[in-house]
Amino acid sequence: MSKQLITIATEIRKGIVETVYRKQQGHLGGPLSVTDILTALYFHEMKVDPKNPGWEERDRFILSKGHSGIAQYVTLAKKGYFPEEELLTFDDLGTRLQAHPDMTKLPCLDFSTGSLGQGLSAGVGMAIAAKRLDKNFYTYVVIGDGESQEGQIWEAVNIAQKYNLDNLIGILDLNGLQQFGWTVSDEEQSEDKRVRRAPEQRALEKWQGFGWQTFEVDGHNFNQLLSALQSARTDKNGLPKMIIAHTVKGKGVSFMENQYEWHSKSPTNKEYEQAMDELNSILLSFKSKQRQNTSIEVKPS
Amino acid sequence: MTTTIGKVESMRSVFGKKLAEITQSDSMVVTLDGDLGNSTRLATIEKEVPEAFYQMGIAEQNMICVAAGMASVGLQPWVCSFATFLTKRTYDQLVVSIDQTMANVKLCGAYSGLLTSNTGKTHHSLDDIGLMTMLPNMTVIAPGDANETRAAMEAMYNYNGPVYIRLTRAEDIPNFTTDQSFTIGQGKVLEEGTDVAIITTGSMTYQVIKAVKILKNKGLSLYVLHLPTLKPIDSEAIIKAAKQTNYVFTVEEHYIRGGLGSIVAELLSEEYPTTVIRIGVQNEYSECGKNESLLDKHGLTPEKISGRIISKVYN
Ligand SMILES: Cc1ncc(C[n+]2csc(CCOP(=O)(O)OP(=O)(O)O)c2C)c(N)n1
Ligand SMILES: [Mg+2]
Repeated sequence: MSKQLITIATEIRKGIVETVYRKQQGHLGGPLSVTDILTALYFHEMKVDPKNPGWEERDRFILSKGHSGIAQYVTLAKKGYFPEEELLTFDDLGTRLQAHPDMTKLPCLDFSTGSLGQGLSAGVGMAIAAKRLDKNFYTYVVIGDGESQEGQIWEAVNIAQKYNLDNLIGILDLNGLQQFGWTVSDEEQSEDKRVRRAPEQRALEKWQGFGWQTFEVDGHNFNQLLSALQSARTDKNGLPKMIIAHTVKGKGVSFMENQYEWHSKSPTNKEYEQAMDELNSILLSFKSKQRQNTSIEVKPS
Repeated sequence: MTTTIGKVESMRSVFGKKLAEITQSDSMVVTLDGDLGNSTRLATIEKEVPEAFYQMGIAEQNMICVAAGMASVGLQPWVCSFATFLTKRTYDQLVVSIDQTMANVKLCGAYSGLLTSNTGKTHHSLDDIGLMTMLPNMTVIAPGDANETRAAMEAMYNYNGPVYIRLTRAEDIPNFTTDQSFTIGQGKVLEEGTDVAIITTGSMTYQVIKAVKILKNKGLSLYVLHLPTLKPIDSEAIIKAAKQTNYVFTVEEHYIRGGLGSIVAELLSEEYPTTVIRIGVQNEYSECGKNESLLDKHGLTPEKISGRIISKVYN
């Protein structure tokens, strides 16, 4: 049965909010920002098999901004890697679902992250290994814009280009916020002084300047995401690929959107109910739109 | 002798307030943040003394060398991040640009040990005492409560040279020290009994104070030495503790290798050979969990600490 990506992504967002609310711990802003990207990858683009997570030919995925692990866990559960009930063990002593992805605990994770800036380098290693071993899999790495302040990102960028890694596809979750970041000028400031920034400017020029092939998309628009992912996969031109995805931190829940405080904060009862209402109404409005026939087909898994 | 227990004060909020005071009164003091100011409370400086606050972003290695450059021109930078990223992520930069140049930089490792607000092993810092005491020019401080943090920060400000301060995120520690001043390198005897010496540092001293209550009820006479400075170490106080008692235990929120336990064992093996039993994290990686369950898992609750001591003494 083919499902709609927007529906899946909204269900994943509900799972994220639900888990963080129930456990009263974890991150929200970054996970909600990256949800559509994860949905596009796991439910459309990547060659993976939940029944055979160790399959050698599978595409590899690294969530370099590991603090968004909960988004990946909900995505994996929805995809059928493990039962959704396990989500409620998130962050508990002994859980496989550590706050930051841990491949030694959860075998369907291709790599462990949590200390920012390291995942893209691991992706370079996987892509080099694939070429050397004549394997056709692709390696996908999601990085944050705040994370891109780490010098190591740019060390990886350089090597990927040197070794012509056109089997390496990066996605930049460009949401304009990090954990704390910088204050903005008074003109830009809102009345309550809560506006802060992750000032990643000229991302496109930077990645191009380092010799990567770039794509620029709205990271919440599946048509754009899917077409960029497809070109990134099919352009066998020796260039590593970077999809610059403009996103909204906290996407889908109005009062979390673009608010740096929601980087990691647990919702109160009231906030939880409002968040779920908003997500449910996205589901409803999408269902009515669906009747008007504006759908995006998903490959059956 | 019993320790007086005062009110509970958050170490990180005292850290932010004290550093805001220092930067307010001395414009040569500046602060550098690794995008964690709202967690570590370095944000207090951005709010109260904005001209003394530099946001360096998520780029710890760069931040360390920027601080070294500032110090070489006469500023006194205080650099703050989570202990694990501040030390491990930047170790070569720390060695070459800070320690080898004897830069007057104050390194503030927040969220040290296991208690990092449930973020797991990538965020735990269980080796920073080892890494930092290894450096020849480094001074290493791990205050036990908020009051001592305030006093230690004043001493750091007045000291010329690199200092690492190890801070805890735990917010349930009452003040058990009362001193207004802090002498770098000096230990504090909290109990002067004769059966068992317990040597502790940082966040674990309060757990030991609670363990002592349990142990006294079992009829043991305890000697408790709190070491808020790990380098230079108070050798005399350690030797005295060993001489006065029959057993020496160390307790730390750190690996038993390379930390307080190693320092004490190395010293005593040369100066006054004694069996030293090290209580701390064993040779394994930690994981997620609530504060209480993590301390329990690694044997660092008052119950587990006292249990370990009792089983050794009455074996
Ligand atoms: C090396 C390192 N430094 C600091 C942190 C703490 N930290 C976790 S998330 C975060 C902000 C990340 O911002 P960004 O990459 O933009 O992610 P997003 O906005 O998607 O949450 C920080 C500073 C870390 N995990 N690793
Ligand atoms: Mg961001």
